[in-house]
Amino acid sequence: MDATVILRVSAPLLLWVPMALSLYLLLRGHNDPGGGFVGGLVGAAGLVFHAIARGHAAALRVMRLPPASWCGLGLLLAAASGLLAWLDPQAGYLTHRWWFADVGVTLPIGTALLFDIGVYLVVVGTITAMSFALVAED
Amino acid sequence: MSIAPVFLLALPLGLGFAAAAAVPAMRGRGAAQLGAVTAAVALLVYLLAAPGAAEPEGLRAGFWAVPSLGIAGGLRLDGLSLVFVLLIAGIGALVLLYAGRYLKGDPRLPRLITLLLLFMVAMLGAVTADDVVTLFVFWELTSLASFFLVGYDHEKPGARKAALQALLVTAGGGLALLAGLILAAVAAGTTSLSGIIAAREAVLAHPAAAPAMLLIILGCFTKSAQFPFHFWLPNAMAAPTPVSAYLHSATMVKLGVYLLARLNPIYQHEALWQDVLTTAGLLTTATGALMALRESDLKRVLAWTTVTALGTLTMLIGLAPALSATAAVTFLVVHALYKAALFLVAGIVDHETGTRDAAALGGLRHAMPLTALAAVLAAFSMAGLPPFVGFVAKEIVYEAKLASGSLAGPAAMVGFLVNAAMVAVAGLMSWRLFFGPRRPTPQVPHDPPKSMLAGPILLATLGLLAGAAPSLLGEWLVDGAVASILGAPASAPLKFWHGFTPVLALSVATIGFGLLLLILWERLMPRLRRTAALDRLDTARGYEAALAGIVSWSDGTTRTVQHGSLRGYMRVLLLTCALVPLALLAWRGGLARPEGAPLDPRALAFLLIALGAIACALARGTFAAVMALGLVGFATAVVFLTFGAPDVALTQFTVEVLLVVILATVLIRLPVRARDSRTARQRGADAAVAGVVGLSVTLALMAVLAEPFDPRLAEWFGAQSVPGGHGRNVVNVILVDFRALDTLGEIAVLAIAAFAVLALLRGTKAERQAGG
Amino acid sequence: MEIALSAAIGVLVAAAAYLLLARDLPRGLIGFVLLGTAANLVIFAAGRIGTMTPPLVEPGATALAAGAANPLPQALVLTAIVIGFGLTAFALVLVMRAHAAFGSARSEDMDAAEPPACTEAAPAPPETGFVRQPARAPARPLREVV
Repeated sequence: MDATVILRVSAPLLLWVPMALSLYLLLRGHNDPGGGFVGGLVGAAGLVFHAIARGHAAALRVMRLPPASWCGLGLLLAAASGLLAWLDPQAGYLTHRWWFADVGVTLPIGTALLFDIGVYLVVVGTITAMSFALVAED
Repeated sequence: MSIAPVFLLALPLGLGFAAAAAVPAMRGRGAAQLGAVTAAVALLVYLLAAPGAAEPEGLRAGFWAVPSLGIAGGLRLDGLSLVFVLLIAGIGALVLLYAGRYLKGDPRLPRLITLLLLFMVAMLGAVTADDVVTLFVFWELTSLASFFLVGYDHEKPGARKAALQALLVTAGGGLALLAGLILAAVAAGTTSLSGIIAAREAVLAHPAAAPAMLLIILGCFTKSAQFPFHFWLPNAMAAPTPVSAYLHSATMVKLGVYLLARLNPIYQHEALWQDVLTTAGLLTTATGALMALRESDLKRVLAWTTVTALGTLTMLIGLAPALSATAAVTFLVVHALYKAALFLVAGIVDHETGTRDAAALGGLRHAMPLTALAAVLAAFSMAGLPPFVGFVAKEIVYEAKLASGSLAGPAAMVGFLVNAAMVAVAGLMSWRLFFGPRRPTPQVPHDPPKSMLAGPILLATLGLLAGAAPSLLGEWLVDGAVASILGAPASAPLKFWHGFTPVLALSVATIGFGLLLLILWERLMPRLRRTAALDRLDTARGYEAALAGIVSWSDGTTRTVQHGSLRGYMRVLLLTCALVPLALLAWRGGLARPEGAPLDPRALAFLLIALGAIACALARGTFAAVMALGLVGFATAVVFLTFGAPDVALTQFTVEVLLVVILATVLIRLPVRARDSRTARQRGADAAVAGVVGLSVTLALMAVLAEPFDPRLAEWFGAQSVPGGHGRNVVNVILVDFRALDTLGEIAVLAIAAFAVLALLRGTKAERQAGG
Repeated sequence: MEIALSAAIGVLVAAAAYLLLARDLPRGLIGFVLLGTAANLVIFAAGRIGTMTPPLVEPGATALAAGAANPLPQALVLTAIVIGFGLTAFALVLVMRAHAAFGSARSEDMDAAEPPACTEAAPAPPETGFVRQPARAPARPLREVV
């Protein structure tokens, strides 16, 4: 892939700004626009830009694990988050549980967030796996 | 009765299945002996059960029930069933013994024995079934067993063809039977056979009574080889001789007759029932007799006489007088005894001499005296000569025919000619084969071993014994069966001597004419064979034409439906999707106009979508098309954003960016011809199709939006999001909480798509590397 | 507003149909993406449109304010967009594979499974059992088997 100078220079920016934005979107998703799907897509877009700018070997280095592994991890996490529901024998699978941490304001922490992180990882893994494969194909 | 009916009725079936399962593990004659012993035990069990079967209600045992479907099944042994089970188990034992020797050394013998045992169980089950479901299952099982047995020599094309023919005809009829039985069961409100018979009035009063009856008759006619479905039976002679003796003369082909007899109490006074049965019976019996005289292959001759006998039985059931039921049962027993014996004799002759061409055989009595004895005994019964039971049967059959009012004339006339033909065939099977000049044969014949002789001799002797004491046969077997056929106890004592009656004169004349036919056989047979007009009686041509028609029809349909053009498929799909909503709209009363908000600047995004779509469609090159696609995507994102869906807008925006990047990178690498390769005319036609599709979607969507909206679901999610899901972004709460299981499924689909893409691309790469 | 959106979606579907009928697969693929977009818009519109207020509960409130957009179609469309991307990528790979295998991206050239009916010089079909007979050959073989 023959990247222009501008693209190469702005590559770190194109990677880390979307990555930070994606995490922000993921974490605020329960109350404001965002969430695992949107966050994952933005993160994946950052990684794809990085792959275009620096080659997909570089993007893979940033990711540490192969995209497909992220995909599998996310799926496992999402599926496992539902298992915690059985702490209450009456509840069905994927009934989310909530704990309320009282740090000045009441901060709800729930297994829904784990599930959303799982979605995030699956989306990042899927999109990057497909994109790297398609774009790097020659 | 000390033994439970369940035990008595189920034991033979269970034993048969167990033996059939055990036989494949055995070798050679051991298998046949096990089979014969199993059949003999079954015979004994049924003999034990005989006193119970003689009771008016018979022996009855319920076995299974599916309450949710309102059906219950069971077995029942009454007088009619008893006649059949004794014949099936008794002849089965002899045939299995015979088969072990007949196919000695054949490595496939255990398979034959397994199939014969399965067939025996199926027959026993079919004639003792007391509900239509059990009856039908066993009925079809006999067709299946027959298919495998006729096709036993599966490497011969003729055997395969005959097997398929027998299967298609009998199983096709089986479907008709199923429909008829269901109609009858619905009319009666029960699936129990005795219940349906008891609900006679309801069955006859039902609007579908006549179709039900005709469907059942159709099923029985195919099974019992009635005209015009008779053609499969002679062709089924491709089976090994023991199979022909068992299935295609003594038992299976009588299953149709059995069911007709079983249901006779319902329909016996219906004119249609009587007309159909007597007409088909007369036609069948005449066809069989004529065709029998055209053949010289012993097995085919016998097969045609079996057709004749089946026609006679069907006609007798259709005849009105009560006496005809007695005649039918008597003739049925007699026929089974002599015909099985003669088939087994034909098999011995074939086995020993190497030919079964009647014209090439003669004078075998010195070489095989015991076989000759069996043949003569059986043939005398067939010819209806005193003192054999065949004589008793023939007398009573004549008597029944003469007593049947307006039909007496034609029935007796056909009966006379047919019986004469039977006399001739009986002479062929005895006098011609074993007396007269010795003709040279491919092999030097001698009497076969005991296991092969036991069957014919025992069966033929039984014919003689029963003839000596006809009243015993009558009281012990026939009367009970007649009671079942008529639905009321009846007794018509079987007598040997009726005095000098018209019937006796008819008998004497029959025998005389038959002997004349026998003397003339050598000249008559080739002449009849050359008579082309008789070929029309072979309705197999109709069957072949129908089959070829089905093949060419499905061929044409396949060619039309699956023509291989992706464009064609697409056109059909799109037009269907477009025209069905349009038709529904027209049916509901035309167009609907949604009451909505007035236009505001947001509608500019709609315009962009439409323009982008048009640009996409008309774009010359792939790159331009991808850019136009991006325009549509971003305009769509704007629509989402301005209509209160920021999450969706963000998603759409990001996906669009990725999609455009990827499509542009990948599609540009494919050497796609830049211009649309369709001709102007094709483009015009496609545009018309596309226009209809678009119009249909627009009108359908407007109709949807014109309907009042039900906000309950939206309100529930809106109200539950914070208390239940602890989140203020309702869309996200729906995704990760309320409908989390759906989302889990969706991300699983995504992951699978990713793996599929990786796998496919890996394949491409490997191919390229392999290709250099 | 509703009528304008319906009309725009109709145009979108018509363009998609026109592209799907094209002979080359890349055009068909683009039509496929357009069709997906149209489907998403239909679902979105069926939940009723008009308001600009997103389905977010005000801080402190317990229920969605009246007049906010319908959240359910949004949730459906959101996942549909992402899955649509996955499906498009998969279809794209199929097109690439087909191109690699047949050396062409025209659907007419991809007929290994269903050879054309009337070509005289068609290559011998592979021995797979269920290959259609050429048009000229009568149904003879089957009849002989039967």
